[in-house]
Amino acid sequence: MDQVLFYVFAALTVVASLFVIAQRNPMYSVLLLIASFLGLSGLYVLLDSPFAAVTQIIVYAGAIMVLFLFVVMLLNAPHEEPPLRTTIPVTIGGRPLRVGAVLGVLFLAEMAWALSRLARQPIGGDERTAGLVSSVRQIGVELFTTHAFAFEVTSVLILVAMVGAVALAKRNL
Amino acid sequence: MDPVFIAQLIVIGFTFFMLLNSAAVSVYLERKVAGDLQQRLGPNRVGPYGTLQPVADILKLLFKEELRPKAADAFLFALAPVLSVTAAFAAFAVVPWGAETTFFGLLPEPIKLQAGDVNVAMLVIFAVTSMGVYGIVLAGWSSNSKYSLLGALRSSAQMISYELSYGLALAAVLLLGNSLSLTEVVNAQAGSWFGVIPKWFVFLQPIGFLIFMIAGIAETNRAPFDFPEAEQELVAGYHTEYSSFSFACFFLAEYVNMVTVSAVATNLFLGGWHGPLLPEWLGWMWWMAKVLALIYFYIWMRWTLPRYRYDQLMHFGWKVLLPAAVLNLLATAAVVLYWS
Repeated sequence: MDQVLFYVFAALTVVASLFVIAQRNPMYSVLLLIASFLGLSGLYVLLDSPFAAVTQIIVYAGAIMVLFLFVVMLLNAPHEEPPLRTTIPVTIGGRPLRVGAVLGVLFLAEMAWALSRLARQPIGGDERTAGLVSSVRQIGVELFTTHAFAFEVTSVLILVAMVGAVALAKRNL
Repeated sequence: MDPVFIAQLIVIGFTFFMLLNSAAVSVYLERKVAGDLQQRLGPNRVGPYGTLQPVADILKLLFKEELRPKAADAFLFALAPVLSVTAAFAAFAVVPWGAETTFFGLLPEPIKLQAGDVNVAMLVIFAVTSMGVYGIVLAGWSSNSKYSLLGALRSSAQMISYELSYGLALAAVLLLGNSLSLTEVVNAQAGSWFGVIPKWFVFLQPIGFLIFMIAGIAETNRAPFDFPEAEQELVAGYHTEYSSFSFACFFLAEYVNMVTVSAVATNLFLGGWHGPLLPEWLGWMWWMAKVLALIYFYIWMRWTLPRYRYDQLMHFGWKVLLPAAVLNLLATAAVVLYWS
């Protein structure tokens, strides 16, 4: 049963991600990305970590993608909101392609590194920590003790990004 | 087959059936209470006291012609109502509505009266309700109509704004109940103080309860926060172009969401199935009474208060409700930390 579900969710995730870039309507791209996130969250459930699954839906499929959808909807309907028409970026030309290629190579290297690391460890992880990973309490304790520094730095980073976004948006207004 | 498994299946089927019926009951209640508040009789022709009115409503809706605007995106136009209603029903799956029972010893081990028990139930409800906004947004966009699009934009802005306060109010209860499981939170509210006041979290979290109910009303797009479908400005908002069964889906989703928010509020703040007088196995009666009371409150609000202005809604959500929710959470965390 788990095996069948794994293949269903994995196929959903991969196929949906492929179609995100394989078709032209940005509205459908956003929706397919949501479908892909849902498949991913299904995989988390199969890995016995419902907390990660639910967080995936709340943060990515819920909050972030709604904003994406919002933007795409407004850009697709310039007649509804004329002031926004001027802010549409014209991304035609070689430069975005080159940047994309560099990012793609970097990502490939990253994946190769991660997989080579994984190959040296037994898949399935440690038996003793398996139950603990899914516990919300344990995640909280880890986050605020072992990873406290990373946690704080991330929050500062997000704050900086937020201030930056507001500053940029205000300048355009 | 395993009797526990069969019983669980029956409970799931029953939960689904009751949820469908609760929507019909809410529609009837809505019309009757509206009539009462406006000093008229309300529906009284179909069946005794008009009780068969929802059936007539549903039949009328189903026999109407299914229309689709020419310029609409056919696939998304069809998908939107399905998404709406799926999210509405899925959220209720983790809501328990009664104490564990063996059905008078029929079963070898007790089962829970809910569709599925998840140990992060509160987050699941939060996640699934946040998916419900896609139904509305897609309906608005795919209809290719300005009223629908405006309704959808308002709805997503409103839901994003009030979701935060909703989540923070949930988090405060989570701290008190010391668990993310709804069943455990309900069981933490058993008993009473001094034998008189029931140990409901509403007495520990009065502000949290208020925030939860206000945000819940905004989340379900009900008056006085019904901007996505504000009739006077947007015809009917995101479902302007829908008719027949697709419209019925949105209608159903709205009422099921209302029931879900009432049910979650009952479990989090009003002690769930705990109550005086009745024995434990009749706890679901208390549960239903509380949910019905909250639904009545919902309807009462709708027919009493006028709609806010849109900027008032945003101002209230971000500058009043959210700071209140954050302070409430901080205070609760401090008290819980001090006491334990």
